[in-house]
Amino acid sequence: MSDEPFFPFLMSIMPHLGKGTLMTVELTIISVGIGVLIGIFGGIARVSKRPLLFIPSTVYVEIIRGTPLLAQLFIVYFGLPSLGINLPPFTSAVIAMGINSGAYVTEIFRGGIQSIERGQMEAARSLGLSYLQAMRYIILPQAFKRILPPLGNEFIAMLKDSSLASTIAIAELMRVGREITSRTFRSFEVLAVVALMYLAITLPLSLIVRYTERRMSVSD
Amino acid sequence: MSKYVVVFLLIFMVLSSSAWAKTVVDEIKARGELVVGSDAAYPPFEFVDKDGNIVGIDIDIAKAVADYLGVRLRVVNTSFDGIIPALLAKKFDFLISAMTITPERAKQVDFSIPYYNAGQLITVRADDNRIKGEKDLQGKIVAVQLGTTGHFYAESIPGVKEVRKFETVDGAFLELKSGRADAVIADDLTSLAFVRSTDGLKVINKLLTKEQYGIAVRKEDKALLRAVNTVIARLKKEGVIEELRKKWASW
Repeated sequence: MSDEPFFPFLMSIMPHLGKGTLMTVELTIISVGIGVLIGIFGGIARVSKRPLLFIPSTVYVEIIRGTPLLAQLFIVYFGLPSLGINLPPFTSAVIAMGINSGAYVTEIFRGGIQSIERGQMEAARSLGLSYLQAMRYIILPQAFKRILPPLGNEFIAMLKDSSLASTIAIAELMRVGREITSRTFRSFEVLAVVALMYLAITLPLSLIVRYTERRMSVSD
Repeated sequence: MSKYVVVFLLIFMVLSSSAWAKTVVDEIKARGELVVGSDAAYPPFEFVDKDGNIVGIDIDIAKAVADYLGVRLRVVNTSFDGIIPALLAKKFDFLISAMTITPERAKQVDFSIPYYNAGQLITVRADDNRIKGEKDLQGKIVAVQLGTTGHFYAESIPGVKEVRKFETVDGAFLELKSGRADAVIADDLTSLAFVRSTDGLKVINKLLTKEQYGIAVRKEDKALLRAVNTVIARLKKEGVIEELRKKWASW
């Protein structure tokens, strides 16, 4: 098996690597999706003057950003069962990665909201809008445009970090690569192809991010 | 004059041949240290003890090889699924990691004479009466360690719902204990070690395979292989391997 020339070998492993890539993309989309949901509310809470919103959201961001994703993944997967919470691998990964992403997206939203001039909020409030209405109709739409590029970067970062999910037995791209290596021992070839497949997703994404950044600077 | 030429040629030949014939054994002796690769998460063969030292049956065998060569032993802790590529990349002199001698692996590395007879065992939760053998694993989730013979064996059983692979074998046993997997397939002595150290697990007392552990050496390092074989042959003859089993797995 391992004496096979490179191209037939590549063809034989491609279907497996393709499945792994799908799993990687799926994990990332769902996790960052959860992250964005958390981030919208987290971001609003982070700029709030109410301690009840500001303090918990700040504690959340600091704890998650200050601890490794691998530790968070292990706590959800191997730690929670001792509290009687037993989640399957995929659910565990999506929860851990979603909560992790949420902290970063919270900071992205906070930055976006704070980048909108104070005058906008003051003008909206003086026109009779409530704080939340002003946030919903005036601030967030403008902020959202500015945070698209950092959100794209968060997606790219999470896509690469999702390789950590291999440690809780999820057959994502990195894990599939290691499985093939453990059988064929052709580590350099397999891992190089795996790296190229990550690049094949991240490269177009970062080009899109750059393009939207440029578009945005024109409309500003 | 011709006498000087002959002497010069002789000196030249001795110098160049010794440089040319320098084996990894000479290298090990020169550096005063034997470097061995092992995945120290596989009791009782190799694991990290309370004081943080890597110990076990395999480590004692490696120590015997180091003593034979008259050098110190240093163990490099390496993940099992990448341990053969690491050996080929010269990260250590040989590997000893409860590794079964298989034809696929023997294409990449040279194995020593076998030093231990092993086999795969099924482990289940103690209160599980559904699984009594391999056939009962149909439709079940089996947890294994990535790249082990247990992993390959589990994938060869027809009808298994999912083979869930972990980087270390304790991940597989945790998965079983938590109830997310129905069984673990792993080497016999290691399975017994985990059943002993973990509450609520039991083994199905029927070996699925007959396997033999060997030390793996790079194919070009024939001199080192000879030294390793000499030591293993002696340890076997003197009953030391059996003593080591009693020392590290006395239950």
